[in-house]
Formats: sequence, structure tokens, C-alpha cells
Amino acid sequence: MVCQDCKKQQATVHLTQIVNNEKVVLSLCKDCAAKRGFHSPLDNVPFPLAEILSGLIQQQFTPKGQSDDMPDLKCPGCGLTFTEFTHQGRFGCGECYKTFRAQLEPIMRRIHGSSMHKGKLPVGEAAQTLPIKEEERLESELKKAIDGEDFERAADLRDKLKAFKESMLATKGGN
Amino acid sequence: MIMFEEMSKHPSGWLSGQGEESMVVLSSRVRLARNLSGVAFPSAAGSDTKEKVVGYFESARSHSDKLSQGTLVKAGELSQLDKEFLVERHLMSPTFMQDDGFGALYVGENEQVAIMINEEDHFRIQALAPGLNASKALQLAGEYDNEIGKYLELDYDPDFGFLTACPTNVGTGMRASVLIHLPGLVITKDIEKVISKITKMGVVVRGFYGEGTDVLGNLFQISNQTTLGISEKEILDMITGVAKSIIEDEAAARQRLMDEASNQIVDKIWRAYGILKFARVLTSEEVMNLLSAVRLGVAMGIIDFINIPLINEILLLSQPAHIQKYLAEEMNPDRRDVVRAEIVRTKLQQSQN
Repeated sequence: MVCQDCKKQQATVHLTQIVNNEKVVLSLCKDCAAKRGFHSPLDNVPFPLAEILSGLIQQQFTPKGQSDDMPDLKCPGCGLTFTEFTHQGRFGCGECYKTFRAQLEPIMRRIHGSSMHKGKLPVGEAAQTLPIKEEERLESELKKAIDGEDFERAADLRDKLKAFKESMLATKGGN
Repeated sequence: MIMFEEMSKHPSGWLSGQGEESMVVLSSRVRLARNLSGVAFPSAAGSDTKEKVVGYFESARSHSDKLSQGTLVKAGELSQLDKEFLVERHLMSPTFMQDDGFGALYVGENEQVAIMINEEDHFRIQALAPGLNASKALQLAGEYDNEIGKYLELDYDPDFGFLTACPTNVGTGMRASVLIHLPGLVITKDIEKVISKITKMGVVVRGFYGEGTDVLGNLFQISNQTTLGISEKEILDMITGVAKSIIEDEAAARQRLMDEASNQIVDKIWRAYGILKFARVLTSEEVMNLLSAVRLGVAMGIIDFINIPLINEILLLSQPAHIQKYLAEEMNPDRRDVVRAEIVRTKLQQSQN
């Protein structure tokens, strides 16, 4: 249903009013509803993250990815370029994460306040990843981050390592 | 589709009105986003790749006792009305409705579990539980996640966790949400304060049907905003904690209304009941808003002969696609409004016998 005022946008606000004893049903888009003075309690809520994301990435990170002497990164898995990603805010495949890893870390920190997964492992992976191996991997990653002076990543890794060691202790204690 | 006509006669399990805080919280939901390793995400995949993804799921089903129990329907086999019906039952997202026909939907555990295949991600595993019980929903969704993971290799990165098409879902891929009824806060206009308070706590507030929808019947959905660097358990605790604090705010608002304007509130509740009981033409929005007042009346003990499961049943049955499935005929909106009023009257009549 299109908005009955502007006849362009999708009508998402449906209002039933009684005017002079007659029922009037209005179907309006958000903008036209606001013009008529109808507000939803959700209006003041900030935009969904996904929508602001593309804008955010463009402002913050496009110059780097697009400088003249550096070609735009392109995912070998699906052909998506970093510039395309910044426009659409969606990846084409899992390989994109590897391809754009360096660019993504600050973006993830912006969106989630972290760039490091903490939580469930895939069932297959969990069976394969021996605890001792995971601890070694985290320690070597941490060392790399410190050597590369990427202190934000180092801090994340240190937290993760600590949480991992604690969870190992908890499992042992529980058994 | 036969299955849907039969389904339409029963309320969904997640609307049973049981569970903790069921006077205020309708249901809790957990969604896990998962993708197959080495396969392009649906938005970048051609139709043959998408068909393959459905095929992979079918082969996992054929090996798994758990997955073989539910029903799998291909989007191409669904009519527009079928899809609207499934959206109304919260088994499918509105986005998935515009699917090109290469998606599929799995429904199991008496509609408590639904898996959308080829929505934004290859798999969107959702579990619903009545009342405030996100941990039950997580447990169920997790079981299906593990079951899929046993047979198919899921895309996972040690740093970024489970990989998803949108960077806002990466990590746990988990969205926990609670559907909550807040008439007191809406009437006292404290709702805006509450929303601005909780959005600072990493929580997103939406209308009844999720992303981009408006508030209907004073029903709000609260869910976690971030998915990376936070564990499943932490998300659960956060969302449950926020829900509990909103429930307290709502209780305080209801108390204030009764202290300051009890005649007006009691009148509003009984008028709503009167309209539902006697009206001959009702739109679905109207029913949702009137039911909100009746639900408030039941929760506050003002109406004692109606129970929450009946309100939930009417809420679901009065949705446009449900009315049409219920009577197994397609109808124009005018005819629907008449039939809706009839169904509501009949259901309310039953409660008094």
C-alpha cells in the first residue's frame, strides 16, 4: 500500500480516527505521518545499526581502501570489493571476512565494542580444537598483536585468553 | 496447503500464556544466524547455489532423527496468503516473504522451532518460548544449531566467530528478543523515557513484527544490539535483566494509573471489552488495540472471566491471513472485518459459558 499523502513511499502508519462521527482510516508513510503530527514512541530511537553502518564505514575508512597507489581489495571468494561492501553493508561470502580482516577490526569495534568472538564454537570445531591448542593459538596471536603495536586487539586477546583460562579451570573444577 | 488450515485452528505453542511473567511478557525468542562454509551468502548467490543450500539441509535432515521430525516447505510452493499466515505466526520474517522462491522453511517442535533457509543468511534458526524464558529458547535453538553442525560445515572464524552476511550479526549470530505488553507506560507517556534508558544499555526496541515495524496493541519487542565479544549467556542475562526492569516500570505505571485515574482506566477496559463483545465490523488494528486494554484488565484483575491464552488466541486468529485460513477462503478486507467481528464474538461468548 502506498502512502495516501505523497503517493510514493510505502505506507507503514495506519491510523483510525473518528472525525464528525465518521471513521477515517489514514495510511501514511512515516514522513507524512510526522508532517501531520503523528509520532510513534519508537521515532526517537536511533536508526537501526545496519542502516547507519554503511554511512559510518564510508566516512571512516573509504579513503584508506581507495588511495591511488593501493588497489581496492577484492574478495577472491565472491568478487565483492571493499568499496562495494561499504556501500551495501553486506558481505558476499565468508571469505570476505578474511580478505578485509585488517579493515574490519576497527569497524567491528565500532559496531560491537569488540572485534573478538566470545561464545559458542561450532560443534565440529569444538571437538577438534583441543583446549591446549586454543590457548597456544591465543598466546601467539597476542604476541603478534603486541609486536605489531595493535594494542586494542592485544587487549581483546588478553581478555579472551583470561576468560578461556577461567573457563578451563571452571570445567576442571566441575568434573 | 492442508497443513496451514489445520494449524490455523490452534494457537501457536508460544502463545500458550504460560511461563514466567506471562501477564506482561507474551513470548521470548532466540535466533541464531548460520552460514555454510565456502558457499556464497544468499544475497550474492545465484538460484542454483540457493537450491544447493536447500539440498544440503535436506541431506542433513535425511541423516538426522531430530531434523527429520519437522516439516520442510519450499518458498516456491507457498502462496502469498500462506506466507502472510506464517509471518503472523512469527515463523517467517516479513523480509523472507519477498523471497524469490529459492528459500525454504523448516518448522518443528510444535512450531517452537523454525529455520528459514536462504533468508539473509543460509540458516536462520529461531526458537520461541511462552512468557519470559529466553534461556529455554536458546537451549532449543542451540540443539538445532548443533544438529545442523553435525552434518554440515558452518562458516566460523576464530576471531569473528560465526560469519554472517551482515557485520551486525557476526560472532554469536544470536538475537534474543522478548515480546512485552506495555500499556501502562504508553498511557502515562513514560515509555519514551524507558526506551531511551534501555537503548543506552545495548538493547534495541521494535514494534510487534520486528525490524522496521510500528507499535501495534502496545506490544514492544526488545532485543540485544551486539553479537560479537559477548557470549550467549551474557546476551541472555542482559536481555532478561532489562525485561525485568521494564516489567517493574510497567507495574509502577499501572499503579500510578489506578491511583490517579482509576475510573478512566476501568472505563477504558470495559469499553474495549464491550466493543469486542458486540461490534459487527472490526479491523485487525482495532482488535489489537482493544485486546491490549482487555489484556490490561485481565492482568489487573478487573476482568476475571477471561484468561491470557484466550486473548492470545483471539490476537492471532484476528490477523488477516489467519481469518482467511481459518475459514479456508480468500476474502476482501470488508468481508474480513465482518468475519473477524464474528470470530471475536464467538470466542468471547465461549469464555462465559
